[in-house]
Amino acid sequence: MSDLNNILSSFENKFSLVKNKDELQNLKSEFFGKNGSISLQFKKMGSLNPEEKKNIAKKLNEIKNQLTSKIEKKFKDFENLEISQKLKDEKVDITLPIRSTQHGKIHPVSQVIDEISSIFSEVGFSVAEGPDVESEHNNFSALNTPEDHPARDMHDTFYLDKDKKTLLRTHTSPVQIRTMLNGKPPFKIIVPGRTYRCDSDQTHAPMFHQLEGLHIDKNITMGHLKGCLNYFIKEFFEVKKIKMRFRPSHFPFTEPSAEVDIGYKIEDGKIVIGEGDKWLEILGCGMVHPNVLKNTKVDPKKFQGFAFGMGIDRLAMLKYGINDLRAFFETDYRWLNHFGFDPLDVPTNYRGLSR
Amino acid sequence: MILTLSWLKNHLNTKAGINEIIEKLTNIGLEVESLKEGTNNLSEFKIAKILKTEKHPNADKLKLCDVNTGGSSVVKVVCGADNARDGLVTVYAPPGAIIPKSQIKLKIAKIRGVESQGMLCSESELNLSEESAGIIELKNMSNKIGKSFFKSSSEKVIDLSITPNRPDCLGVRGIARDLSAAGLGKLLDIKKNKIIQKKNHNIKISITKEKNQGCLAFGSCLIKGIKNKESPKWLKDKIHSLGLKPISAVVDITNYVMFDLNRPLHAYDADKIDKEIIVRNSRKGESFTALDEKKYTLQKDMCVIADKSGVLGLGGIIGGTRSGTEIETKNILLESAYFLPASIRKTSKQLGLETDAKYRFERGIDPNSMIDGLQTATDLILKICGGEASKFYISGKKEYKNKSIELEIGKFKKTIGFSITESEIKKILNSLGFFTKSRKKNLQVLIPTWRPDINQEIDLIEELIRIKGFDKINLVEPEKVRVKETLNFQQKLFHLGQRSVSSKGYYEAVTWSFTDQKIDDLTNDSNSPIFIINPISNELNVLRRSIFSNLLYYLKKNHDRGFQDIALFEIGPVFYGKKPGEQQTIIGAVKSGQVNKKSWSEKTRNVDIFDMKTDVIKTLIELGINQDHLIVSDKSKNCYHPGRSGSVNFKTSNGVLLAQFGEIHPSIISNLDYKEKNIYGFEIFLDNIPKPNKKMRVLKENFKFSDYQISERDFAFVIDKHYQVGRLDKIIKDLDRNIRSVNIFDVFEGGNLPPNKKSIAINVSLQADDKTLSDNDLNQISEKIIKEIEDKTGGNIRS
Repeated sequence: MSDLNNILSSFENKFSLVKNKDELQNLKSEFFGKNGSISLQFKKMGSLNPEEKKNIAKKLNEIKNQLTSKIEKKFKDFENLEISQKLKDEKVDITLPIRSTQHGKIHPVSQVIDEISSIFSEVGFSVAEGPDVESEHNNFSALNTPEDHPARDMHDTFYLDKDKKTLLRTHTSPVQIRTMLNGKPPFKIIVPGRTYRCDSDQTHAPMFHQLEGLHIDKNITMGHLKGCLNYFIKEFFEVKKIKMRFRPSHFPFTEPSAEVDIGYKIEDGKIVIGEGDKWLEILGCGMVHPNVLKNTKVDPKKFQGFAFGMGIDRLAMLKYGINDLRAFFETDYRWLNHFGFDPLDVPTNYRGLSR
Repeated sequence: MILTLSWLKNHLNTKAGINEIIEKLTNIGLEVESLKEGTNNLSEFKIAKILKTEKHPNADKLKLCDVNTGGSSVVKVVCGADNARDGLVTVYAPPGAIIPKSQIKLKIAKIRGVESQGMLCSESELNLSEESAGIIELKNMSNKIGKSFFKSSSEKVIDLSITPNRPDCLGVRGIARDLSAAGLGKLLDIKKNKIIQKKNHNIKISITKEKNQGCLAFGSCLIKGIKNKESPKWLKDKIHSLGLKPISAVVDITNYVMFDLNRPLHAYDADKIDKEIIVRNSRKGESFTALDEKKYTLQKDMCVIADKSGVLGLGGIIGGTRSGTEIETKNILLESAYFLPASIRKTSKQLGLETDAKYRFERGIDPNSMIDGLQTATDLILKICGGEASKFYISGKKEYKNKSIELEIGKFKKTIGFSITESEIKKILNSLGFFTKSRKKNLQVLIPTWRPDINQEIDLIEELIRIKGFDKINLVEPEKVRVKETLNFQQKLFHLGQRSVSSKGYYEAVTWSFTDQKIDDLTNDSNSPIFIINPISNELNVLRRSIFSNLLYYLKKNHDRGFQDIALFEIGPVFYGKKPGEQQTIIGAVKSGQVNKKSWSEKTRNVDIFDMKTDVIKTLIELGINQDHLIVSDKSKNCYHPGRSGSVNFKTSNGVLLAQFGEIHPSIISNLDYKEKNIYGFEIFLDNIPKPNKKMRVLKENFKFSDYQISERDFAFVIDKHYQVGRLDKIIKDLDRNIRSVNIFDVFEGGNLPPNKKSIAINVSLQADDKTLSDNDLNQISEKIIKEIEDKTGGNIRS
């Protein structure tokens, strides 16, 4: 038995001095190798009587298990140490700059058109479009604006021929005419698009964007118009309540006609929409004039409804704090980068209109 | 339209204050543009006294005045007026004041070496009269030194923006009527003084009966023996408040009646009329000098007022100098006529003439107001200038009937959403001057002749809700129901294409649909620009036929700002004709400069055609087209470098054109004077993208896969340098159904190769559905591949 104790203490001594995997391997051979001290003890057992053999064998196996597990554990420790040492040497400078990536941007007008489409989609409007070049008839006459009407003076029109028969549309309203002529009521559309007037200064651009809305059905009243616009403005500016004012006005293609103002205030140099005691005119609207319905073969005795029109660029300016309309069309890389939107930031009603 | 409270009160008995009135005006559709102090900054003009004058040391005609401007303050003013003298009380304008006549802002200035702190004013300089000799002499004003010369109580002026349908509100009375209907007071009757009119007037007046005669009626009155003079103060004040300059009593009265009753009038010096008045169409080439001192040469068929000697004036637009009244005028012929709006509009447009009368006639004057106008004006002229008036005389149509419209009571609720009683309808309409008669479910409504805008039932509905108030309309929340898809196929492509291209690093630009013809010609094959007749400038004179015309222009602008390595795109219309619809929607993109510039990890290289090809193909795939259907060829067009450009067609190289891409033609680059010359572009023709007849989920093949081993084989060939390697993909795939993919992974020219040859390396992966391919199988396929490529390319496998 004392042999065993000697072996054990000798192992402990040596084990505590092992410094690396190789020394550990040597230690293992010294005790468990062919002529290792533990192996020799096993060999010696053959000369013992059965009773002694039984006791020693039990003891010897215990020691063997104990020592091998110790060695194994130590072995793992050395391995882990080695790996972590190796990884430490592989450390990179994580603060180096990223590879050049290519970020595109979506123009604020496009983003706002998508926001608007998303809002109106919720209440059943679909998007309609029409050509940029229009006939004088669709742009004016069919919209109850005959040639000698002074309202034509309000539209500085670009013409494409001397007879003034073709022109660049001055508003998106001719799409009302196209839609109603080509389909059967009910109609429920919005029309975003490019519009043109030969007018150019700080607040006017010769091209701008308009949004037209048209809802024709059997019992559509001015109350629906009010509700629709109230809904839209609230959603668009992402506010819970909106102060809105309808003012009588005149457009040849609607009757009654109204201009819509929304309340605002200036706070810390920024415009706050929806509250305050100042008024901002943002759109024109009204009940579609019976003459327009007649011109598009819709029976005004059976069908009626509303139309509205607003400036998309202006809505974008208000919502995103852009001061200069002209900058929209100047393609300044710095401006596009500042006011543009990430292409993955698609306005939706479930994920939210804007971030 | 300009309005003051006191003028309004001539027609409206109201207790309402100015703010209440302004709010009401806006609420009934008479939009208030502004509320301004009537006499702009005139309070600075002070009553002052010259204490002492002395001769200017450096100028004989100038005087140096010590002026007491109130209290103990005395300033030195240089003055050139003969009447400047010690003790004179006059009007002083301090530095900073704006002189009404010249609109010049006064500064402290040295006049001939001596500083003048302001100015002493003449009547002319203050727009009070034409009197410019000498400074104003004020009598009995010594106790008011230092006070404002212009009454500080001068009224605030309301500036209204009247919509073109409401000519009646271009007169104060019309506005008063609307306010009264809206409950803001009582409309006062017009006082009609009895005028003594004994004689018929003896100037013959005739309206020629001819086609396109623009004058329907010509009312007149001859007033003899007047003494024309300066207008009395009340009238001058009115004229001032309109922002006009008082001229003489006769002229001021005609202007006053125009703004008061919306009834334009014209006064002729009767002694200057050659025998008679003839209202007729002009002959081409006739000319006259108008009251604006300009000579106008007329077209055929413009409505003129003429006499035996020729044209006197343009009816309803402007009078002429030949028959104009002057301060010496003794006998006047007063005209109160009715002209057709369309005729007025046509003539004034042709001549480019804008006048207050034209503005009103064009919108529609009450034809039944001729006599009222004559009555009011004649009364005033007799009172102010004396004289003897003739009886009124109307040539042409004397009376105009009221239109009649049936109004269904229930129509209001059907249109507006809430109901209104018949009695309320009547009350509103009556107060607006309409006559109503009840008929069962309807009202018969007679329309006053001053309301040319009221033509049908819906116009009456508008009147009712306008006066009742738009704030009464109940809001109906919209229903959240969708019957139809929001976007159609083309719109979805637009939306997706826009974001797809942007996500590849391109910044979206929105540029004009028109462009500079010079650039547009460069970017287009055909040479037929689409001109705009009245462009905003010569640099924006055509509709763009290429999406590149503006993009290249703005790309260069960004280069000039110091951004060369950028990518821009625009999605929008380009035009191929001037008829509606001759346009297509295109995504156009440009990219220039280098990539990976100054990178620690990547090699810097120029942007090249394969960047374009990659972006185009990726976008088309994202738009839903099967990559196998994207056939790329070297077909190109003029705006691209002929050797570095290509086309993508659908299914075959002759299929619909989906996209084109390439290096922008070097001649365009040099023409636009680019410094950074490495510029590429692509166009995707969105309208050409075919709409799949079924949803993608239906078109998709069933999910199949093979678990057997995939093998790969690499091949290298030396082939003709000009052979288009892209064709090999399909050639190889068609050889055997077990060929899963083909990848050309190396292309090499030069080195030891003959000059007309290139070396290519191809990786092919092979897999069967039903077994693991044996070496024998693989070798057989490899041999097929080698043979086919050698046959098709005339090349050889590299050993």
